[in-house]
Amino acid sequence: MSRIVVGPFNRVEGDLELKLDAEDDRVVAARVTTPLYRGFEQILIGRPIADALVIAPRICGICSVSQSLAAASASAAFSGTTPAPNGALTTALAHAAENLADHLSHFYLFFMPDFARADYAGRPWAGEIGARFTAMKGTAAAEFLPVRTRLLEIMGLVAGKWPHSLAFRAGGTTRALDLGGKARARAILADVRAALERTLFAAPLEAIAEIASAEDLDRIAARGDGDFAEFLRLADDLDLHRLGPGPGMVMSYGAYPGTAGSGPLFAAGLFDTTTGTRAPLVPGHIVEDPAHSWLAGEAGPPARAETQPDIDRADAYSWARAPRYDGHAVEVGAVARQLVDGHPAIRALVARDGATSVASRVVARLVEIARVLPAMETWIGRITPGDPFCTVATEPSDGSGVGLIEAARGGLGHWMTVRGGRITRYQIVAPTTWNFSPRDGGGNPGPLERALEGTTLAGRGARAAAIQHVVRSFDPCMVCTAH
Amino acid sequence: MSGETVKRFNVLWLQAGACGGCTMAFLDHGRRGVFAELDAFGIDLLWHPSLSEATGDEVVAILDGIAEGRIPLDALVVEGTVLTAPNGTGRFQMLAGTGASLLDWIRRLAARARHTVAVGSCAAFGGIPVASPDPGEGVGLQFEGIERGGALGAGHRGAGGLPVVAVAGCAPHPGWIVETLIALASGELGAGDLDPLGRPKFFADHLAHHGCSRNEFYEFKASAETASDRGCLMEHLGCKATQAVGDCNQRRWNGSGSCTDGGYACIACTSPEFERARGFLATPKIAGIPVGLPLDMPKAWFMALAALSKSATPKRVRLNALKDHVVVPPGRAKRWGAEGGEG
Ligand code: SF4
Ligand code: SF4
Repeated sequence: MSRIVVGPFNRVEGDLELKLDAEDDRVVAARVTTPLYRGFEQILIGRPIADALVIAPRICGICSVSQSLAAASASAAFSGTTPAPNGALTTALAHAAENLADHLSHFYLFFMPDFARADYAGRPWAGEIGARFTAMKGTAAAEFLPVRTRLLEIMGLVAGKWPHSLAFRAGGTTRALDLGGKARARAILADVRAALERTLFAAPLEAIAEIASAEDLDRIAARGDGDFAEFLRLADDLDLHRLGPGPGMVMSYGAYPGTAGSGPLFAAGLFDTTTGTRAPLVPGHIVEDPAHSWLAGEAGPPARAETQPDIDRADAYSWARAPRYDGHAVEVGAVARQLVDGHPAIRALVARDGATSVASRVVARLVEIARVLPAMETWIGRITPGDPFCTVATEPSDGSGVGLIEAARGGLGHWMTVRGGRITRYQIVAPTTWNFSPRDGGGNPGPLERALEGTTLAGRGARAAAIQHVVRSFDPCMVCTAH
Repeated sequence: MSGETVKRFNVLWLQAGACGGCTMAFLDHGRRGVFAELDAFGIDLLWHPSLSEATGDEVVAILDGIAEGRIPLDALVVEGTVLTAPNGTGRFQMLAGTGASLLDWIRRLAARARHTVAVGSCAAFGGIPVASPDPGEGVGLQFEGIERGGALGAGHRGAGGLPVVAVAGCAPHPGWIVETLIALASGELGAGDLDPLGRPKFFADHLAHHGCSRNEFYEFKASAETASDRGCLMEHLGCKATQAVGDCNQRRWNGSGSCTDGGYACIACTSPEFERARGFLATPKIAGIPVGLPLDMPKAWFMALAALSKSATPKRVRLNALKDHVVVPPGRAKRWGAEGGEG
């Protein structure tokens, strides 16, 4: 058996190191290390509640709106505040803009450049993919960056700036839109839609959102233009459908609340990919276990956790804790959201593949883009200028609140306790804390650790392309993972 | 840059105890995209953790090559707080695959770089991660808050002669980052172009308050009272833009925005120690008077002016200050069939 260390692991958000045990050119065990700790939970203690709106988004520059919203929603739960209807729509609009920018950045900047590597020089598609997706030099990045910039202009309208806006409050957002603002928001989305329908999908967004079966995906692969079809063909050629299988259980906290009647746009719940059954979400089933973390303490619910570094803890190998749902390591992210929500093509694809995989994680992200952008267009239409965008919260001095939201990369939770108007506990469980968790006290690996087991190294050791694909398919955000 | 031969300028970008937001802002720059913009000025990203193809041992080879003087480096860019915990070892952030801390790597690489650039207030001064209780014992590259020192020490100068160039901000405006790199690549940024904290004067010689769309409310001290009100945010809602450097309201952020245009306070994110505040979103007051008054304005003056302008506040300004949309428009001239004069 040999021990392989992989790092620095780039084109992920933040720092990541892997330790792989290999036998006969296959991974038999993987340990995932989050090597950075800044201590945000410690910093939040003792502060006025509103300061969480300043500090929490700075955990992460790529999903700062999500961090803001988790903080605002914990504070809304604590104070019993319902956002103004306009504010719920503008909140969702900014959040969706961030999530779409993240999905697209992942696809174009982080994930696809691996297929342009010299590893694939012998493949018939190597020339074309190389020209399109080579890191920083390909035509795709050059086309994508101006689209990303245009999409993020939604932030200028709704949230002042991005990242790290203070516009997101328990009661809504701080900048009202008038008719001109609505028109500008529509114009931005029209530009983004046109770009996506031209280069990513080569089809109307609705045609992608409405695919209903795995065979529909096969048809797109067979005759489609555009980068999505290109990826589907790569996924078939390299059998990315069998690569990096997920743990079986996936989870979503429900995305874009206040936009679809009383519920969220995408439903909350658990989905078991081995049985094809859905279960309701019970937040009380969430436990965090620091058995292999450089943190003190024992396993317990986040609402009662305290964060203190213990860098000499025996058996520790990561700054991240191991979150578990009813004892299970669960996968989160776009594929989880679409499975829980019941998107027929994603459910069918995962059923055919036998588990979530490198392929379905990427497909789900792209299908989600095609579902969310048309929803954003309808939200703009429902904004009523003149009505309030932010209700004023009256805060009790003692209590607690939980904010559970869906970031681009999956479920993000903030658990807050307040005494005398000051934060006394603040615990954060981020999407990649779930996906890239270390082992728990029972020795059970996290989702990525499990997904890497069995991966073939093709004689390339630490340089194996398959390792790169599996890791990046989760779109990890390491700065959130241990925070 | 037609007619000139562009000498290439290479940049190594590292993320210390960062959130990645500075890179996210950087990616937002340029009509043709930031890669095309950099290329037009001869700037090459030798390696960037979020963007480059090279991974694992390929990266370590680049870092070793620079540290050993085999690969010349024009600029080392660092984003994020440099963590020294525990006890000065830097083990709170180990560079994956190398067994060495970021603290060690930054010191070795900066010794070779012609210029070192701190992108963001974390790398410049410490930033949010050094807020009490400063769990990671963080420092900036050349400052620890307002004190000179930091990871590289007060005396550090690159071979190009400059101290650490501090593109402050949390996150900085994309233009501040890229324009600084362009000015360095073109050889135009000299020591005289930096303020005493190393911030390029092209943005640091302005106040964030200059150009705020709420300036009329400011003049009349017509103040916002709750989030989303249109009035000035200084008196009650924590705005520090009269004390914070940056051309924040003379540029647009993400197309059309800015902090105060977005309806919330400037928290002085370009200033060292901005993270020390408690109660960012409420104005600290003593006897009803804001503690932080505009830079270079004597308190008695400010008080007298404020009292005078409050007494002279037009109804339009007074009422609009407390709403999220205009409730009293500027008056129309009589000849257009309405009351009052235009404006
Ligand atoms: S809100 Fe802030 S930046 Fe705007 S006018 Fe008032 S003090 Fe100046
Ligand atoms: S307005 Fe203030 S908080 Fe906003 S970017 Fe400028 S200096 Fe930073």
